[in-house]
Amino acid sequence: MQTLTQRLANPTRFMELSGMMLPWLFALAAALIAYGLYLVFFVAPPDYQQGETVKIMYIHVPSAWLAMMGYGIAAVSSFGLLVFRHPLADVSAKAVVPIGAAFTFLALVTGSLWGKPMWGTYWVWDARLTSVLILFFLYLGLMALRSSLEDENLAAKLTAVLALVGVAILPIIKFSVEWWNTLHQPSTGFTSSVYPSMRTPLLVMAIGFSTLFVAMHMLAMRNEVLRRRVKAMRMVEVEQRDSGAHAIAQGG
Amino acid sequence: MSDLMNLIGRDLRLAVREGGALGTALGFFLVVVAMLPLGLGPDLNLLSRIAAGILWIALLLAALLSLPRVFESDHEDGSLEVLATGGLPLELVAAGKSLAHWISTGIPLALLAPVLGILLNLDLAAYPALIATMLAGTPAVSFLGAIGAALTLKTRRGGLLLALLVLPLYIPTLIFGISAMSAATMSPGAFGPSFAILAAISLASVVVGPIAAAAALRIQLQ
Amino acid sequence: MRLIAENLTVERGGRTILSGLSFLAGAGEAVVLVGPNGAGKTTLLRTIAGFIRPVSGSIRLEGGQTDTTVAEQAHFIGHANAIKAHLTVRENVRFWATYLGGPREAEARVDLALQHFAISGLGEFPAAYLSAGQKRRAGLARLLVAVRPLWLLDEPTVSLDAASTKVLGAAVNAHLEGGGLVIAASHLPLGFARSREFDVAAARGIVPA
Repeated sequence: MQTLTQRLANPTRFMELSGMMLPWLFALAAALIAYGLYLVFFVAPPDYQQGETVKIMYIHVPSAWLAMMGYGIAAVSSFGLLVFRHPLADVSAKAVVPIGAAFTFLALVTGSLWGKPMWGTYWVWDARLTSVLILFFLYLGLMALRSSLEDENLAAKLTAVLALVGVAILPIIKFSVEWWNTLHQPSTGFTSSVYPSMRTPLLVMAIGFSTLFVAMHMLAMRNEVLRRRVKAMRMVEVEQRDSGAHAIAQGG
Repeated sequence: MSDLMNLIGRDLRLAVREGGALGTALGFFLVVVAMLPLGLGPDLNLLSRIAAGILWIALLLAALLSLPRVFESDHEDGSLEVLATGGLPLELVAAGKSLAHWISTGIPLALLAPVLGILLNLDLAAYPALIATMLAGTPAVSFLGAIGAALTLKTRRGGLLLALLVLPLYIPTLIFGISAMSAATMSPGAFGPSFAILAAISLASVVVGPIAAAAALRIQLQ
Repeated sequence: MRLIAENLTVERGGRTILSGLSFLAGAGEAVVLVGPNGAGKTTLLRTIAGFIRPVSGSIRLEGGQTDTTVAEQAHFIGHANAIKAHLTVRENVRFWATYLGGPREAEARVDLALQHFAISGLGEFPAAYLSAGQKRRAGLARLLVAVRPLWLLDEPTVSLDAASTKVLGAAVNAHLEGGGLVIAASHLPLGFARSREFDVAAARGIVPA
């Protein structure tokens, strides 16, 4: 029974700490994003070529960045689970995947909406779009694998293996950019020449989105810890009731 | 080393005796390649332009169909447990079984591809490149596929999940297989680099695949 | 030679199956694990076989080879037979003989094992044709094709008739006389010569609440 109580006790400090930080994080995220949106709509100039549609960038770029960061967190957490067996590592890996997938989806949708006025089409098989789409598939694979296994410990470890394999594939995808472009249209770079008047709002939005991401991740982790505690308690109860039945059988 | 050869020999013998699996994969390959022109219309110019892509995608799908077999029967009949208590590390067990899959499925599929190329009016000049890229690319199909086969050993609806997990891993192989093919027909000088990267992806998966598959197997032996 | 398990704690699926379990098996001794279903007999065997990594504690084979794991010095007989239906009986047994015991004089070992388990007449038939009891015997033949000091048997007599159970008993007794170790889990009497019972439920350190 010792290890069970240990497991209940171990993330306790995390729960205390995160419970304290969460309201502040959400408040900070809201303030930053509000300020960022103000800058985007009232301060930042429209692009001389793209006009007002350039404002999609302020959502698109932070989302794309967080899509990558989410996978990074999932991979690091998976490593922590498989190598160090840290009790919170799987909680983190499980919590971050749907959030990362959501930001990846957001990046794809905003990119697509931005692509229509810019390129005249919603989708181009350009290396960057393709690699983000693969990232989205990897997220879906992680969720599908986890949900198809009954045994949660088994699901956690196998998903971690897949997450780490996915990391190995990411640089390959990134590297393929040049080769892919020899056949298709060149990638449309937008980070190369960003004016300072656009850079500040972008930076504020990026920090705001990141804070939101961290807050959401923390909240999801708290939910997962609570869910596991409930499950552990119920399993203890099942064991107790079972031994109760034994006692009755032996007494009778 | 003799243990590894022994294991590969057993898997190949089983593949021959069980027989049906390879036939199914080859048949599936043929049917997919035959269906696409029916869907696209019999424009021979169009077909010869996209033949390489059709052949590669059909090959990946056909290989996918045969992947669950890699570990399934050894898991079901308890052989995997005994293999794990042998002197051979589980990584090499996974590598040996992946290699046996490549020999028994990957090579036959790669050799059938040029025959199916005729159906698609593939440019004659492209045949050597087609065979070369498929032989160089299919090891990645088997060794990366083994990861998916190991991960989905105990899942419900394993086959569908396997496709979702493994197909994204095949994308680099597909991209460079196709780009080497196009280079061979359009600008012969560019064939070398693409082909070299295709081979590099295969070599990398020969290393990564068995390590990840063995990790997944070890977790499931518990 | 002794098998020493110290302070084993094993978890599966979030449940603590064994907690602080210690036990000892000496050379020439068969330890029969007993206890109700779910007591952890199979878990203990699989932990010794190296499939399950214990949360804490250690297992070692004192006097065994130091450069190989306990698992590599053990035969594990589980519920499944590890027999391929599409290979002949001889091919099946020969594969395990070379895989587990190396290629040298493998044929002699195969002959001996087939003979002992009374399936030498079936050697050339595909294993698919065998009855459940014959398949089980072909699976058990693995015990004799490679010399390993520790035998881990999980319900070895399932689908064996009385005569076959005796054959297994004879193999185990010969192994024990040669200084081997046997750890078995069984609901049925096994008929081993020098066996002692070990109640996993009582020793696993989990007090029912």
